[in-house]
Amino acid sequence: MELQLAIVAGVLYAAGLYLMMRRQLVQLIIGLGLITNGTNVLIFTSGGLTRTNPPVIPEEMPETLEPFADPVPQALILTAIVIGFGVLAFSLVLAHRVHKASGSDDVRGAS
Amino acid sequence: MSSSILRTAARVLMPLLVLFAVFLLVRGHNDPGGGFVAGLVIAVAFVLLMFADGVEAARRSLPVSPWHLLGSGLLVALTAGLMPVFVGRPFLTALWAHLGPERWDVLVGTPLLFDIGVCFVVVGVVLTMTFSLVED
Amino acid sequence: MLLVLPIIVPMFMAAVLLLIPWVRVQRWGAHVGALAQLGCGVALFHRVSQEGIQVLHVGGWRAPFGITLVADTLSSILVVAVGVVGTAITAFAFAGVDPRRESGGYHPLLMVLLMGVSGAFLTGDLFNLYVWFEVMLVASFVLMALHRTTAQVRAAFLYVTLNLLSSSFLLTALGILYGQSGTLNMADLSAAWQQNGPPRLHLPLAMLFLTAFGIKAALFPWFFWLPASYHTPPAAISAVFAGLLTKVGVYSMYRVFTLLFREVPSWVFVLIMVISAVTMVVGVTSALAQRDFRRVLSFNLVGHIGYTTMGLGLLTPIAVAGSLLYVVHHIIAITNLYLVGGIFLRLRRGSEFERLGGLYRTYPVLSVVSMIPIFALAGIPPLSGFVAKVVLVKATFAAGAYWLGAVALAVGLLSVLSMARLWDEGFWKPAAPDADKAKPIWPMVVPICALTLLSLGISAAAEPLLQLTSRAADQLLNPEPYVRAVLKEP
Repeated sequence: MELQLAIVAGVLYAAGLYLMMRRQLVQLIIGLGLITNGTNVLIFTSGGLTRTNPPVIPEEMPETLEPFADPVPQALILTAIVIGFGVLAFSLVLAHRVHKASGSDDVRGAS
Repeated sequence: MSSSILRTAARVLMPLLVLFAVFLLVRGHNDPGGGFVAGLVIAVAFVLLMFADGVEAARRSLPVSPWHLLGSGLLVALTAGLMPVFVGRPFLTALWAHLGPERWDVLVGTPLLFDIGVCFVVVGVVLTMTFSLVED
Repeated sequence: MLLVLPIIVPMFMAAVLLLIPWVRVQRWGAHVGALAQLGCGVALFHRVSQEGIQVLHVGGWRAPFGITLVADTLSSILVVAVGVVGTAITAFAFAGVDPRRESGGYHPLLMVLLMGVSGAFLTGDLFNLYVWFEVMLVASFVLMALHRTTAQVRAAFLYVTLNLLSSSFLLTALGILYGQSGTLNMADLSAAWQQNGPPRLHLPLAMLFLTAFGIKAALFPWFFWLPASYHTPPAAISAVFAGLLTKVGVYSMYRVFTLLFREVPSWVFVLIMVISAVTMVVGVTSALAQRDFRRVLSFNLVGHIGYTTMGLGLLTPIAVAGSLLYVVHHIIAITNLYLVGGIFLRLRRGSEFERLGGLYRTYPVLSVVSMIPIFALAGIPPLSGFVAKVVLVKATFAAGAYWLGAVALAVGLLSVLSMARLWDEGFWKPAAPDADKAKPIWPMVVPICALTLLSLGISAAAEPLLQLTSRAADQLLNPEPYVRAVLKEP
């Protein structure tokens, strides 16, 4: 399963980078989104993929059931998703402004 | 630009969405949910209203401006973080208190307050962005 | 508690300013907030120099489980610098930014930016560092990009894209790092790697971090987003960007490479030296080709970043101390010069060389005051840049890296040329008759004078400051006390 997810992450990165090198702002933004998600998949995979118990202490037990899943990657991904969401929304606003001001979404002249 | 079906549906869905958000917010500490999701749901409710009736109507139906929501949310979250400092614990330590008569014991704590702050901030940010996106 | 204050004071101010609709009150609020942050920074610095490294486990969760804030000498110096820059900028902003930006949330965003930068300097957790980076970047994106013309928005897009790419690299590195080591607390990582040896993907990780922070720090070959965008926003925005944002990248490189990547093959550090050298050469030579005050500054900013990362490549105590001294001097001088650029913007409605000149005739005192940071940046003795450069060049010779010393000297010469040209074009050459469209006003002049005094202070107090940065360098190069302070049982 790790291998498949690693490939997924790689494909997302590749597609994202390819889109970022295109000339249209919308494609650039989609590329950024893909890279963000590729990173999330990567973090998810790096935490280790196992079928285990949730890392929560059940009510009648003194501690969690071993083995339990690592909660940290999920927390990291959650944070990364939140941030990625905000940034993506912001770049959409920006692209919208460029489009409204110039009538095109070409990145040419970006200097 | 919007159909009367959408307008009617939005009017029915609005209160339900906000209620659902409150539900998510309150259960957020121990179960799936929390301030961020609750904020998003509330924001979506207003975005729906915006699609149905336009930005002006959405702005009017929001009792305060998104900016003020953002600011007050930050303040609320900061207060939640600072409360433990006044009893000599590190910044952002969770404090819990039992409220109400013993039979309906309600456990409230600074994490809930923090979540409420986060919820406000999220609503503020999302609505600022969407409103400005639609308005210009 | 003192440790969170530089973060929560601007956050509190940002929240309050969001609730205040009046721009005038906002200006005062922002200024008070920045001053309060400066106060907290100085108090923190005092505490650190008295009691050693300060650690705070946020929420009472001990490291490596929770988020830890750490202040060693370097962090505390930089937090003070954030306060100084913030205070100067908020004072300068009394002269007005531009009306649409100011009512669109300039002041709260500036506070958020200061919060993000302080957070990045104080955190001891790599993921938290990423979060502060994003806080800082989102604030800077909004400051830079909103309410502008098409060409400017396009320049901002380059800025946004490159910085987001850098964030993705950083996040990727963090994901791999977590998969390899199971922790993201820098002290914990350092201790674990010291004990068990570095993980297998050590070298790729180092390269990912180098790329991610290199983009933020505007090193060659990733620097081009900076000159493309920094000359467009008003001075009260570009000055704070120029002073602080790239330094966060430099700081993170020092932190990560000294704590984690001590064991990488030595060619990595040679690579850092080469990158620094090329950055210096490319930055300063490109500056010579520019014909716009603020563009010249942008390229010089890039060029001088090379001096600040040189020490990391050499990794000797004296080289690191020299580089850190350079960071401090550079933060003050470059912020000041961007503010001078703001004066030109007001007086001449632009900063292209054709519009400038003659300022020495009309405003001699102001010109002399502006001359000091110009020549400090050029490294003319006895000003602050000179001392740092001497230390650095001596360090390269002591380490046997003669070529790097030669490059540093040559670039120093070129930057004298570039700065002298700046002085000539801006102040000395005769101006077109009735070129001035407005007068400089007090809120603009006072922060410039204050920063110039500070530059002079750095020059005068170079010896004690060098001792201070030597202490910071010692802490960087011998991370054991840092690690112990973070991981010790309460």
